[in-house]
Order: sequence, then structure tokens, then C-alpha cells
Amino acid sequence: MPGAIDVSSVLRSGAEVGPVSMRPKIVTRDVNVFYGEKRALNDVSIDIPERAVTAFIGPSGCGKSTFLRCINRMNDTIPTARITGRIEIDGENIYAKDVDVVPLRARIGMVFQKPNPFAKSAYENVAYGPRIHGLARTRAELDEIVESSLRKAGLWDEVKDRLQQPGTSLSGGQQQRLCIARAVAVSPEVILMDEPCSALDPIATARIEELIDELRQNYTIVIVTHSMQQAARVSQRTAFFHLGNLVEQGPTEEIFTTPSDPRTQNYITGRIG
Amino acid sequence: MASRLTATQRRWQRRRERIMEGVLFLCAASSVFVTIAIVVVLVWESAAFFAHVPIATFLTDTMWTPLFADPRYGILPLLCGTMLSTAVALCVAGPLGLTAAIYLSEFASAPVRESTKPVLELLSGVPTVVYGFFALLVVTPFLQTFVPNLPGFNILSAGIVIGIMIIPYVASLSEDAMRAVPNALRDGSLALGATRLETAFKVVLPSAISGVAAAFALGISRAVGETMVVAIAAGQQPNLTFDPREPAATITAYIVQVALGDLPHGGIGYQSIFAAGLTLLLMTLSFNVFAFWLRARFREAY
Repeated sequence: MPGAIDVSSVLRSGAEVGPVSMRPKIVTRDVNVFYGEKRALNDVSIDIPERAVTAFIGPSGCGKSTFLRCINRMNDTIPTARITGRIEIDGENIYAKDVDVVPLRARIGMVFQKPNPFAKSAYENVAYGPRIHGLARTRAELDEIVESSLRKAGLWDEVKDRLQQPGTSLSGGQQQRLCIARAVAVSPEVILMDEPCSALDPIATARIEELIDELRQNYTIVIVTHSMQQAARVSQRTAFFHLGNLVEQGPTEEIFTTPSDPRTQNYITGRIG
Repeated sequence: MASRLTATQRRWQRRRERIMEGVLFLCAASSVFVTIAIVVVLVWESAAFFAHVPIATFLTDTMWTPLFADPRYGILPLLCGTMLSTAVALCVAGPLGLTAAIYLSEFASAPVRESTKPVLELLSGVPTVVYGFFALLVVTPFLQTFVPNLPGFNILSAGIVIGIMIIPYVASLSEDAMRAVPNALRDGSLALGATRLETAFKVVLPSAISGVAAAFALGISRAVGETMVVAIAAGQQPNLTFDPREPAATITAYIVQVALGDLPHGGIGYQSIFAAGLTLLLMTLSFNVFAFWLRARFREAY
């Protein structure tokens, strides 16, 4: 198949991946998103397993990022956005009327497409979340959270001697890992990643991908990606979106080797996208 | 078919272009020229003044009495009046302007912002003389109801009104600075579970701090140069004091007083207004340069 992208070489064997726990962390049913009159997402229902990486793939404008932003209710910040349907985290409907988005977002971390460190020192970037949520009572406790978060993000050794320098002075890949550390610092259960490597070079990307693989031991990770190779490399489950529809979902290996829907097949072989 | 120009027409066209270019250049250059001329005149007349009054005396003497039989030329009382009214103005415009800016930039919906900002900017369209008698006839009597023994002329009332007057500058420029902060930073903060208030104060404001500081510097520069309000409401007696309840003259108020014709043309008292003017110019210029520098630095950040 000329022009097709061969992802089978990067797929891990089942033994390496280990059994994916099928306890669903996030359950969504019939989720629709409207931007004004425009319908951006049609009846998306999916179960996202705990402590595993689920990748959302699909062409630009397919609704994968929109759906990701429903999971921590970031779409609430867009005045014209309207969401219907149900999203449950550990069985609790996050769109119920009495849900406060502030503690909800503390439980669900997010890493954005472009690294967005605050105009503060590297230390203060990581300490920001614990500070606003009052997670540390003493300076020593805060130091500890900052260090362990930076270690989890694989950044500690690189920044431990310049914690007081601005976060924006780090390289792009380091900034993105700083943003991961910042998300990890508030001990979320879920980490949402919206194309976290699209602004990074291949080496920085590889570093983030390794990190994602380590993080899935402790966190439920949902990653939106443009790169099918990346989905194949880092995820255990993959969902394919097209024109606002969730077309197909399943174990990553199946989606890439034996997709059942012709649209999925066309996309992963490079015919649409 | 368009007719082609003859060689003569072409020459004329070229000449016309060159003349027009020259005229446009002169128009553009005129404001620069006038500015330079003002500075030259200020420095020239000040030099004559400083030939009589040593700069050290000018800067350290505590009396400013050019109209008295025993004239003293210490700028300190005027400088002090200026600083004091500016400080009072800043105490009013700082918190109010910044709060307004935070509200408009971070909380107001687009329709509210679009309708509020022009109204706010309308404040700067009110003639300063109106602010002046507002200070004298409304604010001062009001303050007298709870500040005991407040004289009819005082720095406090003038400063408060100048503060109200510069709110639009502080608010509008601060709002611009905060709105220029990329949404990615707000999203990053909100996604961590910060409230909108926490995001505004802990992420947006620190990111926009140099722009906000520039807004303050420009506001200060306006307050320092403000004339009408202080001339009307603060009294015109040079008074070395740090108590805003007292009457005092500012540099600008003194210049108005002299310009009204209390001093003979050409004397040293007359030249003293140029020295005072030069001092004022240096003050506002330094604030403007500072603001310019801050804004330039601010733009580089994003």
C-alpha cells in the first residue's frame, strides 16, 4: 500500500503492555457538544479504563479535543458551548447541577498543546496548584511536593539548580514537562493531554512519551494526538473520531491492525486526514 | 485604451510628487520641531535663571517666594505639593483603576466590556476645569463634613479629583495589558482547579505586571502635569508640608499664577517659571520614558 503509514512496527506486544484493567474510570454516554448552532460532537459514548493510556485520534476538526475538554469541563469557559449527555468519573456525573468545577479540575489534570508555563519561577509554577488548594502546610512540605512532582515529570535533575529561574526560560520540551509536573503536583486521578508533543522536536517528544508510559502506573491518561505512531506507541486503547462522531474504539493493536470501520481503515492507512 | 503621458507631463508628475513628499515631511516634522523648540526655550531661559540662582539653592532651599521683597527660590515646596497631590491621586486611581481593569479584562462579558469601556474613557473627556470646580465646590465641602478643620483649599480634595481623572488611563491601559496575556495561561490555571479570581490575581496580573506598571507610570505623569484642578482647589500658597489636608501650591499651579500676570516680564521671577517648567518636564519625561521602557519589555514577553 504505497503512502500508507506502517504502525505495526511500533506497536508493543501484548505481553509488554500487560493486561489493561477494564475497570472504567470515566464513562460517557451520549455526549453532544454545540458551539452556538453548530454541533461539534454527536452522541459520544465511551468507557475509559483506569491506569491506562487512551488515545483519541482523528483528522483535524473531528471533535477529539472538544471531547477531551468536556472531561474536565474546560468547555465551560467558552460562553457559546453547550453540552448534553452524561460524563461520569468513578460513577459520579460531573455535569450534575451541584458539581463544583474547582475541585473537579483539581482531580483531573490537563496538559495543553503548547507548553504554557506561568510567568513565574519553575518552582512557583509547580507550587501554584498545591498553594491554591492548600495541600502543603509548611514550606518543607511544599518543597517536597515540588521535588516529587518534578521527579515524576523527569525534570528534577535538569532544573534542581535553577528552580528560581523563570519557567519560560526552559527549552520547549522542558517547559512541557514542567507543565506535566504542575498538573501532577495537585495529585490528580486523571491527566488529559491535548496533543502534548505537537510543539516539540522528536527528542523532546520521545522523552514525553516515555514519561506518559511511566505515569500510567498511577494515573488514568487520555491523550489526543495527531500522530498515529504516537497513539500506537503510548496507548493501550484508541478511539477514532471523525466529523464529530466516535467511529470506533478498542485495544490500540486492534484498531491499527484490524479496524472494523472503513473510515478508520482509510485514516490509518493515510487515505483521509 | 489609456492615453500615455508625454515626457513633459511625466516631468511635471515627478516634480509634483517630490513637492508633495516635502510638504508631508514638513507636516510630520513640525511637531518634532515644536517639541525641540520648547525644550530649547525652556533650557535657555532656565540657564538665565540659574545664572542668578545656584542650582544647589534651587534644589535645597525650603522656601519659594519669588514674589516677596526677599525672594527665595527653593523648588522643594512646589515639588512637595506636586508629589503630595500625585500620591493622593494614585491612592485613588491605583486601586480603583486596577480593580476596574481586572473586572473588565477577566470577568465582564463582551457586551458589558464593549459598553463600559467607552463610558470609562469618557471620564477623560471631561474638561479639567470642570474637575477643578468639582473638587472645590463638591468634594471639599463633602470632605469637610468628616475631616475636622479642613480648609477650603487643600491638597486632599484636589488629589482625590485628579485620581478620579486618571482612572481611565490606568484602567484602560492596564486592561489592555491584561487582555494581552494569552488565554493559554488562563486555561492552564483554570485546569488546575483555580477559581477565576485566583487566576486573575495570581496568573494574569503577574504576567501583565510590566504593562500595568506602565499604565501607572503614565497615570502618574498625567497627575504630575495636571494644572487646573490644583490651581483651583489646592490653593496657591507654596507650602512645604506632607499633610494633604493643608493647602499648597504645585509646580503647575505656580506657573499658572505667574502666567496670569503677577510678575513683570523679563525679571528673574519671570525666568523662574521656566526653571519650574523644566523641572516639571524632566519629571513627566522620566515617567514617560520609564513607562515606554516597561511596555517595550512587556511586548517582548509574548
